Amino acid sequence: MKSNSSNKKMGLSTILTIASLIGIVVLLYMIDQHGFLGSYWTRVLRLSGVYAISALSMNLVNGFTGQFSLGHAGFMAIGAYVTSLLIIPTPNKAIQYYVTPVLDFVGKMHAPFWLALILGGLLAAIAAFFIGFPVLRLKGDYLAIATLGFSEIIRIFITNLIPITNGPMGLKNIPASANIWWTTGICTLTVVFMLRLMDTSYGRAIKAIRDDETAAEAMGISLFRHKMMAFMMGAFFAGVSGGLIASVVGTINPGFFRFTLAYEILLIVVLGGLGSITGSVVGAFVLTISREWLRFLDNGFSILGIIKVPPIAGMRMLFFSVLLMIVILYSRRGLFGSNEFTWAGLFAFPGKWKNKAANLFDSAKQKAGRKK
Amino acid sequence: MVQWPTLYMFLQSMANAISIGSLYALVAIGYTMVYGILRLINFAHGDIFMMSMYFAFYLVAAFALPWYISFPLAILATGIMGIIVERSAYRPLRDAPRISLLISSIGVSYLFQNFAVVVFSGIQKQFPQVPFLQEMVVIGKVRIQVLTFVMPVVTAVFVAALLFLVNKTKVGMAMRASSKDFETSRLMGIDVNRIISVTFAVGSMLAALGAIMWGLKYPKIDPYVGSMPGLKCFIAAVIGGIGNINGAVVGAMLLGFIEIMIVLFLPALSAYKDAFAFVALIAILLFRPTGLLGEKKADKV
Repeated sequence: MKSNSSNKKMGLSTILTIASLIGIVVLLYMIDQHGFLGSYWTRVLRLSGVYAISALSMNLVNGFTGQFSLGHAGFMAIGAYVTSLLIIPTPNKAIQYYVTPVLDFVGKMHAPFWLALILGGLLAAIAAFFIGFPVLRLKGDYLAIATLGFSEIIRIFITNLIPITNGPMGLKNIPASANIWWTTGICTLTVVFMLRLMDTSYGRAIKAIRDDETAAEAMGISLFRHKMMAFMMGAFFAGVSGGLIASVVGTINPGFFRFTLAYEILLIVVLGGLGSITGSVVGAFVLTISREWLRFLDNGFSILGIIKVPPIAGMRMLFFSVLLMIVILYSRRGLFGSNEFTWAGLFAFPGKWKNKAANLFDSAKQKAGRKK
Repeated sequence: MVQWPTLYMFLQSMANAISIGSLYALVAIGYTMVYGILRLINFAHGDIFMMSMYFAFYLVAAFALPWYISFPLAILATGIMGIIVERSAYRPLRDAPRISLLISSIGVSYLFQNFAVVVFSGIQKQFPQVPFLQEMVVIGKVRIQVLTFVMPVVTAVFVAALLFLVNKTKVGMAMRASSKDFETSRLMGIDVNRIISVTFAVGSMLAALGAIMWGLKYPKIDPYVGSMPGLKCFIAAVIGGIGNINGAVVGAMLLGFIEIMIVLFLPALSAYKDAFAFVALIAILLFRPTGLLGEKKADKV
């Protein structure tokens, strides 16, 4: 009997999942073909998808493996540059390198978008392999500062390898191949990959490392191998997201990949909940969309028509950093904690709130009674 | 690839290295003190450094105060700001996991940078200059700014004062006790929260002193001016052995020398100057994780 009912539930949630996936596909079709949202908000959604991928990749290392790495900006930079150099048409490249001519090999290389993304991710993963060797022996805050250091080293190299990267001037006119299908599709693939990974012995091993390294090692888990694996996979997805971001934004330069970019992704991960796949995706969409929506803060606004606030650049970023501090101090677990979205959870949600409200009401009553 | 400098160039660089090293030392001490007591890399330290530059700038530019009044005021304001940061962002997380504290310090750093962009604007400003410090002293063929001599002297005086505070006074004893063991110090009647506030105030004020001299040497300031010196000084503290004040000074001097001398002997690498510090960090973490003067500590299971 029991197994039967759980089977039924499984069936229902599978149907709901498939239905919502179809819904998303239809929505994407509307957006792509009919200009349903307008190009501006479509671009915002594309960016949200890309940020979701980078947040997931950071969450894999920081949230699931418990290794606090701040090197994401560097891996994204590698992915972005490799992808851009492969997809910018050859004649266009020659024009861009007008100060120092481009290396012959770099100038001639070209690849389709999908291959460029994979190569960008792979190169980032290879970089992570070499960085991980010395760095992954460190723990906690030392790891954070060492990875941040490597990400800055990567940026300094990109700034100075002018025949390859065009130096501080950056790359322009990157083809906008990453339409909404690409960003949402790869984001979905990443989510599925992460979900499947967490079900394997590898996924359980890295979570065990997060919870207690010594115990995990005593159970025969090779700490270094698993940390390295998570670090390289994280770097791969960071590289892919970097490639996508380059194609969405259209121009990149070394300044774009300062370590503040890693802070911004950390903001998404912390807001969503360290160790929650759902949290990273929801956090990325919520933050990216509201960042655009809050643009009025930068443009000046008036409160009830009485107090006029003049336009000040950077106001919304200040708003976000205050928000981040509030989340850190008062709800450390973020939106989702380390929980995931499930259909059963969604249906239980209103009931839970009712219970909570009832409890609150009761305790208030009790307090009032005590006062009397 | 190696270029042999003339003796004059070498002496000039030597003077530069000492002065840069002493600047690094002032900021590195703040990192090392906070780490010693809270076991926290205070990512916001570099931004406290930046804020104090703006304090000094506005006290001179907006209130038209002479430098000998405005600089001490800026240092004082920075000390108060350090206490506020500790109370509002770190104290509520005293019993939280260490990683939450680290995230909080990153949050504060991000907040300060964005705050500075909004309030002070992102446009580069010119730090006020003190005329007599800019004069040149000519010894033979070596031309050196007065400032270059003043910086190590000021640093030496303040480091001596700090060492006196830490080693000879009651507050200092309480600081040392708290950094050894929180709980026991509490039991011994030490108000640990107050000691932590004092530590933040002292660390921030030394950073402000460093920031002002930094501003006199490199007068361009913007909201991100603190991040690179901040990272480098943290590295200096790690090289010397984090948690150890003497170590921070030694590490900072060493880092100053490495940077200046590599640029002097290998000018081809000067574009990669900012990367040296990180390479040094990784080397020291691999071969001597506790730093040059740090004590060996076994991991507790």
